[in-house]
Amino acid sequence: MSEQEKYSRRDFLKKSGYAAGGVVGGGLLASFITMQVMEDDPKTKNQSDGGSDDQFNDAFMFFTNRDDFRVLASSCERVFPEDENGPGAIKLGVPFFIDHQLAGPWGNNTKEYMQGPFYKGEPTQGYQSRMNRGEIFRMGIKKLKEKSQSDYQKSFQELSTEEQDKILTAFENDEVKMTGTTSAEFFELMRAATIEGVYADPMYSGNRNMEGWKMKQFPGAQMSYIGKIESDKFVDIEPQSLHSMLNK
Amino acid sequence: MAKTLPKVDVVTVGVGWTGGILAAELAKDGMKVVGLERGKERSTEDYLHGHDELRYALRYELMQDTSKETITFRNNRKQRALPMRQLGSFLLGENLGGAGVHWNGQTYRFFPYDFEIKSMTEKKYGKGKIKDGYFVQDWGITYDELEPYYDQFEKACGISGEENPMAGKRSNPYPTPPMKSTRSLDKFAEATKELGYKPYRIPSANLSEPYKNQYGLQINACQYCAFCERFGCEYGAKSDPVISVIPAAQESGNYEIRYHSNVTEVIYDGSKVTGVKYVDVQSGEEFIQPAEVVALTSYVMNNVKFLLMSDIGQKYDPKSGQGVVGRSYCYQILPGATGFYEEEQFNTFMGAGALGTSINDYYGDNFDHSELDFIHGGVISITQTGKRPIANNPTPPDTPRWGKEFKSNSIKYYTRTLTIGSQGASLPYKENFLDLDPTYKDAYGLPLLRMTYNFTDQDKKLQKYITQKTAEISEKMGASKTVPNPELTDYSIVPYQTTHNTGGAIMGADPNSSVVNSYLQHWNAENLFVVGASAFAHNGGVNPTDTVGALAYRAAEGIKKYRKNGGSLV
Ligand SMILES: Cc1cc2nc3c(=O)[nH]c(=O)nc-3n(C[C@H](O)[C@H](O)[C@H](O)COP(=O)(O)OP(=O)(O)OC[C@H]3O[C@@H](n4cnc5c(N)ncnc54)[C@H](O)[C@@H]3O)c2cc1C
Ligand code: SF4
Repeated sequence: MSEQEKYSRRDFLKKSGYAAGGVVGGGLLASFITMQVMEDDPKTKNQSDGGSDDQFNDAFMFFTNRDDFRVLASSCERVFPEDENGPGAIKLGVPFFIDHQLAGPWGNNTKEYMQGPFYKGEPTQGYQSRMNRGEIFRMGIKKLKEKSQSDYQKSFQELSTEEQDKILTAFENDEVKMTGTTSAEFFELMRAATIEGVYADPMYSGNRNMEGWKMKQFPGAQMSYIGKIESDKFVDIEPQSLHSMLNK
Repeated sequence: MAKTLPKVDVVTVGVGWTGGILAAELAKDGMKVVGLERGKERSTEDYLHGHDELRYALRYELMQDTSKETITFRNNRKQRALPMRQLGSFLLGENLGGAGVHWNGQTYRFFPYDFEIKSMTEKKYGKGKIKDGYFVQDWGITYDELEPYYDQFEKACGISGEENPMAGKRSNPYPTPPMKSTRSLDKFAEATKELGYKPYRIPSANLSEPYKNQYGLQINACQYCAFCERFGCEYGAKSDPVISVIPAAQESGNYEIRYHSNVTEVIYDGSKVTGVKYVDVQSGEEFIQPAEVVALTSYVMNNVKFLLMSDIGQKYDPKSGQGVVGRSYCYQILPGATGFYEEEQFNTFMGAGALGTSINDYYGDNFDHSELDFIHGGVISITQTGKRPIANNPTPPDTPRWGKEFKSNSIKYYTRTLTIGSQGASLPYKENFLDLDPTYKDAYGLPLLRMTYNFTDQDKKLQKYITQKTAEISEKMGASKTVPNPELTDYSIVPYQTTHNTGGAIMGADPNSSVVNSYLQHWNAENLFVVGASAFAHNGGVNPTDTVGALAYRAAEGIKKYRKNGGSLV
């Protein structure tokens, strides 16, 4: 039994809504960070494992236009923002992680039972959409764009972080109408994928330079703890990725 | 047209723990055994580059491909059952070794109380103690009768453990000593001792030292690598069917495994089975494999599905309460409490699947139930199985689920929480059952198995009671803040709970209230053995596989007897 995330969505929803008080930088334009990374600024380019400038992986396998990608990137950054602990989703490469995941088996639901008939179902019955995850992301991003325009007459990336959080909270609370899926379903997928991108092995394009692991003091793909398991003290270990294991 | 192959002595449907044990025991005994496995071959070498949380723990690399086959689920008969479109609540096995490859290896015996639960409860508390609607019954075998088979399975695995003062009597000590201890396990041991309980180390299939089993097979020493539950072991240090039993069958020269062979039917002539039909999923060819004995070793879900599809035994009808096949499906509940520590950081990222310490003071009838309106209980444990960063983001209850505060807290508490967990026993209830879905089909055109299941009143009361006990332990351990698990509401197929599904083809002493006898021989087909946790008359409050393994050894003995003498074994 692994320790699951204990505090359910319901516990959170019980509260009167997400207080934006904890957000750094108040009205800071979220697009500031997004833009930096998107615009190929060599200084902010994500460092690859080897410190190389050539991140050949940083290209679209799933997305077809930059605007959609930026909306996704801004959303991920709100889920896992840059702060005093370290980089946020964008610097960690999470948007590219998600792009690549959506292009592969996960985005195409190849391991899922996708035969009809399709019905809405109870929450206890789980995923029942006839759409695959890629399609859900496409529609979710479209809706994010529409809602920013209708609520603020701006694009999602141009909103303040507080405004972005308001919109994302509406998605989370299932207040945005979508067909074939729900805004909550899209939000949960986006949230889960963001956390995956922060902490998955860097080979998947997120967790750049293992910074996600370093923040959490998770040492990555170690071979053995037999010499340390009995230690009474916390042991801080330099992380290691699967790439380095292959090269040993 | 299906091609009919030469007859063999025994065919097993699936090659996981149960299929592997039967193969080892029967092929060694001289029988020609064929194992039909729907998945592929795999071995220790395939796990060397496997420390990848995303691929293995979250994308279910080693597990059942639900695009081909799954189950449908509903909470009650009024709901429409819908397909479990992705894995979640439990993780079904596929490929050589089944779920035995990616298990944790916590290898507890059930307790004498489990096997005689009805008699013991009624004797002590009177007939009214077991409430209406609960099919609580004795198993048709006692702990003492099953003990030698537990011993065999534990020797095959080389289980590392120590005497548990509250458990049933053992004929032999554990084959290897307990695993190493850790700071958090020590804290749990101290606290529970102070509370007057009797802690002991979890019996583990992650071995504390190298070991050679009764088949001459070598199992190595665990490296505490922390990629264990949901992963294969790259050291050959976690006993699994592929290293601990299957090579023994292969060495005998009497065993053949056919991969990519999905069994679609058990052929039944009304009194006996004659063999099975299967499809080679790569070529699409269909075959009939005739056999003297058919063993269903395909895990709970498909064991029951095959019986229902071939109409062997009387199906359970929840309206009338008649029939047995599909009845008594049980699961487990997970009471527990999480302690948040402001002052101390723990090596939560290290560990092994079965590294832990437990108490049994609240198991079975080890505590007085006179004033309680439930029966049974559950093991209470601390485990250090290796927390991985995607799945483990513990935060205090008032933390938002995303954003800055979520980030800070989930990072901080990743190494600053210790969970005291329990597995609460699960009792059969009239509304919880398995049957065939009327609508949805698998990739071979066969109906999906339909699960109708919800938590019962008994579950809810047990959850509350044990949760309280776990919270007390967490406080005693010195947690800055202890957060008990919530009360139970409806069972959900979505979040992972356990892969401890049981029942549907239960064992017993009476054909009217059970599907198989104490050798797991079907009452209505003497050459059909239905092996696995499908035979559990209820689910105990510890992990199931020691009992599954013991029953498989018993079934193997039954098949040997049957091949000699024929007829019903009881
Ligand atoms: C993550 C995880 C952790 C676990 N941890 C523990 C633990 O710590 N302790 C414990 O006691 N138990 C644990 N378990 C449970 C344990 O794995 C099972 O009890 C055990 O593997 C059951 O053995 P089995 O032979 O009945 O089924 P399996 O091991 O699942 O084998 C069944 C085999 O049958 C095959 N099959 C199914 N249908 C067909 C078909 N139609 N045709 C051909 N082949 C078929 C499957 O592909 C599979 O290989 C855990 C399970 C999981 C998933
Ligand atoms: S924790 Fe031990 S038994 Fe488990 S996979 Fe690692 S080395 Fe093997």
